Amino acid sequence: MKSISNLFVSSPHGKVGLTTNQVMRMVCYACIPGIAAQTFIFGWGVVVQALLCILIALASEALVLSLREKPVRRTLSDGSAILTGLLIALSIPPLAPWWISVIGVSFAIIIVKQLYGGLGFNLFNPAMAGYVVLLISFPVAMTNWLPVQQVMTYDISFLDCVSSIFTGFTLDGYSVNQLRIAVDGITMATPLDHFKTQIDLGLTASEIIKSPIYGEYGGTGWEWVNLGYLVGGLLLLKQGIIRWHIPLAVIASLFTLSLISYSITPDLSLTPMITLFSGATMFAAFFIATDPISASTTVRGRLIYGAIIGMLIFMIREWGGYPDGVAFAVLLANLTVPLIDYYTRPTVYGHKAKG
Amino acid sequence: MTNTTTSEDIVADDHNANEDVSSEVTEKKPNPFTLVDWSTIAKEGLWKNNPALVQLLGLCPLLAVTNTFINALGLGIATMLVLIVSNLTISLVKDWVTKEIRIPVFIMIIASFVTIVELLMNAYTYGLYLSLGIFIPLIVTNCAIIGRAEAFASKNPPINAAFDGFMMGLGFMFILLILGGVREILGQGTLFYGAHLLFGEWANDIELQIFQFDQQFLLAILPPGAFIGMGFIIAGKNYLDNKQLDNQKNKKANKVERARVTTVN
Repeated sequence: MKSISNLFVSSPHGKVGLTTNQVMRMVCYACIPGIAAQTFIFGWGVVVQALLCILIALASEALVLSLREKPVRRTLSDGSAILTGLLIALSIPPLAPWWISVIGVSFAIIIVKQLYGGLGFNLFNPAMAGYVVLLISFPVAMTNWLPVQQVMTYDISFLDCVSSIFTGFTLDGYSVNQLRIAVDGITMATPLDHFKTQIDLGLTASEIIKSPIYGEYGGTGWEWVNLGYLVGGLLLLKQGIIRWHIPLAVIASLFTLSLISYSITPDLSLTPMITLFSGATMFAAFFIATDPISASTTVRGRLIYGAIIGMLIFMIREWGGYPDGVAFAVLLANLTVPLIDYYTRPTVYGHKAKG
Repeated sequence: MTNTTTSEDIVADDHNANEDVSSEVTEKKPNPFTLVDWSTIAKEGLWKNNPALVQLLGLCPLLAVTNTFINALGLGIATMLVLIVSNLTISLVKDWVTKEIRIPVFIMIIASFVTIVELLMNAYTYGLYLSLGIFIPLIVTNCAIIGRAEAFASKNPPINAAFDGFMMGLGFMFILLILGGVREILGQGTLFYGAHLLFGEWANDIELQIFQFDQQFLLAILPPGAFIGMGFIIAGKNYLDNKQLDNQKNKKANKVERARVTTVN
């Protein structure tokens, strides 16, 4: 009966939009496939780190809000601080010491987000700005990624992870550097890092890719993480939380550029597939670049914005000093957003388009 | 007709009144070119018109060399010396320099004093000379110095100009020191690191290790740390100014209230 009565209600039909809280919660849920993959590959550290970062994010947001005399509980419950904390936790190495999370998350929330005026006013993506602060401040600790669990010498439990994050050693007394030594006794770098150093040593791409840290489509393990975020991202698309323009533009421009590079110099470049399925490509395309506050707001602008991010990721990976460049790419693209928005304003119906 | 005459009368009266007031003021206040208004100049240089905080001049050396306290102190002293003597010289020669060529003349004067300071530092504080590097010769291009030459020294008598240079230099050095100290403590956990470069061997003892890091906090040492620190210092100054303004307003409000109470009684 109810559905029938709804049919006869005359227009206008109001449609209730999603609240900030619902959007943020959906994005957090969509991270779950990626988090699951990351936990399966890199161990419980990911989960511990996520809990720690969310806690710090909430605490620092509450601190600033009370200093600014704003409503604390209402703002905290919009979930944006939780999401920022979660995104940083997923970007940093799982066994990074606790003070790294504290510095990164509190910088992101206090300086990048709240000092600019809080949610909706920040110029830069808070999570990525916090990550960049960590990356340029502590380059060594921030590149200490564990090898994938399948090739690790030691098994580490949940408690080992907690102990390692807070004291620097597992319960058995192994340091993170000892854990990083893989089965064959060689310290394992991430696939992108490994590729960069080996190319500098004069090896060709086909020789490097034979190493066990490369899988079928991407880095071993990393391909599953990227697949997890791809699934989560498609879920977000289906729910209408994000729109297709930015992720497609990021992936398309990164794919095109690496395809060109691969066809010109196959010995010096990763295949386009490995490029897409290693590092933080999918995470960036669906979860970072689509941040509604710091991204472009027009349809054409979003395509340009995404393409710039893809291009910068490619350039930093290819010629830059860092193995992956997602955070820098997103921050640089954030800077271009006012200009892009200015030049891509849609024409109002009835007005003539310029030029 | 009557209207216009009255208004003219009023105007004339006003004019007379104004003249009276101005003559009184000039009688009370002797010619500003003979009296040195020490406290105003000091306040302007140290706080109200601080070259680093308010004019935002000379940011390049300010941001580049404040990675340690001693570097900041070295550059602060060098800049202050140049400011004092260049202000003094420019004020002395201001009557012989025509308007058209004043900028090149100012630059020449500043450049020669910077060269003197550079040679002195090369001779007596060689380590600091090396660690400051290109930023000593670049004092020539420090806008704070040419700015003071143009805005103050070329319009005021020598003693005032020299004192203004001293106060502006002090204000600039004050900010350099705060920024240098904070960045050094956050970045590498030390204070007065490298003091022997400026003061000689005995100063090795005043180097403090405030806390020990496994890894340096590079952000504070790199230029972004300087920008962020500078932002916080400016915010702090604005906060203090606003607070003072509020206090004054409150005082005024209180006074009015008291007046009303007494009339009621």
